[in-house]
Amino acid sequence: MSARGSSVVVVGGGVTGLSAAWWLARAGHDVTVIDKFVVGWEASGRNGGGATHYQSPLFHEEQRLWPMMDELLGYPTEYRRERIIINLTEEQQARYRRMAAVTRAQGYESTELGAKELRELVPIASEHAIGAQHFHFGGHANPQRTVQAYAWALQDLGGRIVQHAPVTGFATQGGAVREVHTARGSFGCDAVVIAAGPQTGALVAQLGVDLPLAPARAEMIVTEPLPLMKIGGVDGNGLYGRQTLRGNLAYGGGPHEWLDETDTAQMARPATPLLRNLAARLAEMFPKAAQARVIRSWAGIVENTPDGRPVIDRLADPGNVVVATMSGVGFGLSPASGHAISDLVLDGRCSFTDISKLGLARFAGLPRDWRAACGWVAMAEAA
Amino acid sequence: MNDRFAIGGKLSKPREHAQLLVVGAGAAGVAAAIEGAQAGLSVVLVDENPVSAGLMGLDVPLFYGQRMTAAVQEEGRMVERLVASSPALEAAYDAGVDVRLGVTVWGAFVNGPAVRALPGRVAGLADADTSWLCGFDALILATGARDLVLGFAGVDTPGVMGVRALDALLSRYDAFSGRRIVFLGSGNLAATAALRAIERGIEVAALVEVLPEPQAAPALMDALAAHGVRVLTSHVILRAEAAGGDVAAAIVAPLQDTGAAERLACDTICLAIGVSPAIELADVAGCKLVARGADGGPVARAVGPAGTSIAGVFMAGDCAGVIDPAADMSVAEASGRDAAHAAMAWLAGESAAETPASAGAAAGDAYVYRMAWMRALVESGGMSAPVCLCEEVSRADLLGVQPPRYLGCESRQMASRSAETLLQDGPLNPDQIKRLTRAGMGPCQGRRCRDQVALLLAMASNGSPQDVPLASHRAPVRPLPLRVLAADDESVEMRDLWDVWFGIPTQWIPYDDIGTEREAEILSAHGGGNMHL
Ligand SMILES: Cc1cc2nc3c(=O)[nH]c(=O)nc-3n(C[C@H](O)[C@H](O)[C@H](O)COP(=O)(O)OP(=O)(O)OC[C@H]3O[C@@H](n4cnc5c(N)ncnc54)[C@H](O)[C@@H]3O)c2cc1C
Repeated sequence: MSARGSSVVVVGGGVTGLSAAWWLARAGHDVTVIDKFVVGWEASGRNGGGATHYQSPLFHEEQRLWPMMDELLGYPTEYRRERIIINLTEEQQARYRRMAAVTRAQGYESTELGAKELRELVPIASEHAIGAQHFHFGGHANPQRTVQAYAWALQDLGGRIVQHAPVTGFATQGGAVREVHTARGSFGCDAVVIAAGPQTGALVAQLGVDLPLAPARAEMIVTEPLPLMKIGGVDGNGLYGRQTLRGNLAYGGGPHEWLDETDTAQMARPATPLLRNLAARLAEMFPKAAQARVIRSWAGIVENTPDGRPVIDRLADPGNVVVATMSGVGFGLSPASGHAISDLVLDGRCSFTDISKLGLARFAGLPRDWRAACGWVAMAEAA
Repeated sequence: MNDRFAIGGKLSKPREHAQLLVVGAGAAGVAAAIEGAQAGLSVVLVDENPVSAGLMGLDVPLFYGQRMTAAVQEEGRMVERLVASSPALEAAYDAGVDVRLGVTVWGAFVNGPAVRALPGRVAGLADADTSWLCGFDALILATGARDLVLGFAGVDTPGVMGVRALDALLSRYDAFSGRRIVFLGSGNLAATAALRAIERGIEVAALVEVLPEPQAAPALMDALAAHGVRVLTSHVILRAEAAGGDVAAAIVAPLQDTGAAERLACDTICLAIGVSPAIELADVAGCKLVARGADGGPVARAVGPAGTSIAGVFMAGDCAGVIDPAADMSVAEASGRDAAHAAMAWLAGESAAETPASAGAAAGDAYVYRMAWMRALVESGGMSAPVCLCEEVSRADLLGVQPPRYLGCESRQMASRSAETLLQDGPLNPDQIKRLTRAGMGPCQGRRCRDQVALLLAMASNGSPQDVPLASHRAPVRPLPLRVLAADDESVEMRDLWDVWFGIPTQWIPYDDIGTEREAEILSAHGGGNMHL
């Protein structure tokens, strides 16, 4: 696609779709984002806010962009740099030393903290911690503020957001999608981005394309505010999360429940008594915060590909469709994934890094029953 | 193959089981429990009261407004008072009901399309020290009603409180520290509370009413008049005047002439404009909720007199639809017995009647009355009055959808956003506004602002509060310390097969290594290593 001002329809108003739309609007294109409900209602507004994805080809771009996002968007994201991972055991220490080595090789600095240094930065940390890994990169942001920031920034550039309009199908002609059908009418388009989270698979299936995805529920808890620590992005003990800038501890981790795609079409996102296990681990990692009251829990749906890695790809046919599903690492990567998607829409290739290994081709020949084969199936209806 | 890191079979098993679990030992809950026990069911009746002084200080579960005396610190006395003030409890013990006082139910969980991993139908319970799960066959929620808080200048001053909290402190615990009360509202709710206060030797300075006529039944108005209580109609409160950090007076004025303010000396300002059904647990369990003015707010009643959209979960008493405060106990008791019969029929495999019956609801449409109050408060009090007390969100912050001040946001674009611009994208949603403003995100869990947020959003969108989507309730429905909530009964599988994220080894292979020999090496050396997000 070349003509400026041609129109792109983005299906899905999560961080991935919104960021892509924002990048496209910045490049002068006419963009409409369509969501079945409200922007950021799904995983994008329910995640841990972590932004440290050293395993991704988009890592450098993620790290480059986050410190600028408030200014670029014009709205606050609450981004804060740096992360600490607490080591309670030697096994954990070994694991996070490996992470330090991998990231150091990519040019990112980290230091190993002793128990005492750790407690200076994280006063509530357990006496049993043997130390911590302090990453001077990565970070975290407020997902709910960020998702709305993308949406508003997009509107400021003339982009449109259509909410409460589930996409139901597409009209294709001559190897391209020409119209996107929704419950609130049809939208003509020159190009389409499908970034509909767990529903991405069913939508591209309508275009005759196989995208293997398995959705699952993941849960988090949040406490009342505590005094602010010097660094809010503190993980460990099987938990990921952050201290918000208000002071709340927001943490998740632990087992997920596989669901059917039809389950995820329901609005309800119930949490379970897993919140007790999350509370136990959080109190164990932060014993001095054991009196902090838990005031909420929530759940979100994460869709996974068979290898757990994102798909960001432009389809061969219809050729004007870009597909993106982020397999659990999509919040932090969103500034960069949007850039990559926008590149694929405009030029067919990512301008700043190689993302070819995130293509759909890797799943060619995948057996139909791959979900059953790896046990990623919804449980039977309990009695 | 099995996914070792999935949740199946890992959640703790319930520590105990009840055929019938009843939550709330008010008139309805006790009646339901007795009815069930007499029919031979194993019944557990749980009530969070007496709640700790600490929670009362947080205005949980009612809006106590710091009007407790030191007596609430004495646990033993509180339990004694509680038992003494509810004679029916005695009968429940006699009927063989397993009564638990001081035990909070913080969640109710039922398998459905979005969750199948639960170890059956379970409720989350907690006392002061620990939490556990209680399985149930049938569940009756008789959790009563919650104080409705509408803001005005000084609403956060100690001494401004809710009518249910007043009742609890005055009648149940004999631990009310006020002497002279101004009531906001003049319906049966305000009038009956005022009469009870007078009975206990508390002075009632006045009832303030925004509507032109007193709203209570004539007999109640006569009784108040006999005690010389003033009713200021077509009046609104402008602010709570504080002295030494406590309420010293209510400054009120005629609606048409707010310049002609009057100072009503008092130490307590009691919000008695309405109460809302306490449907937190029904929402957490996944019951469909419908906002109904005649029921005093959102309710979960869907089938027959007590049934909800979830089979085996029933509602009784005020939480099923607020009962006229002037009605006697027998109405709530009958509602409790109805729920027990519905539960027993369900346990016996009988299917319930299809149509929801109307509750013994408070007369009139509560939303119309509340909107009249909200409008009057906004017109007279402007936009700086507080809405969310935990997060210090004013009306202006809320309707400006502005981020909290501690972010120090100076963005011009942000300043140009508001509920009005958001409205162009679709109906205003309180959960979305909460994410942006933090209104309702604090430790009181939105108790003191959710009703008000709905009214303000209705005003901003020129609609009815009934049409504003319901702000969600999430477990735990009471703020509980990590220490208490923490599972001490974790299964071995949960402990040993816990991963930070999904436990998908290939997910964390550095991109450059994908498809190389290095990838295979990493996977065989340490399973790929599940790192962090
Ligand atoms: C508990 C939890 C914690 C997480 N922690 C982190 C973390 O710390 N760091 C990190 O980077 N990632 C994290 N993630 C993952 C991250 O949230 C997701 O990868 C990311 O939000 C994906 O964004 P998305 O826009 O691709 O998808 P989504 O957020 O799922 O958005 C998809 C959108 O598409 C819309 N949609 C679906 N179907 C249709 C249709 N037919 N028509 C129109 N619209 C449709 C949906 O309404 C939704 O708004 C976490 C996820 C969860 C659940």
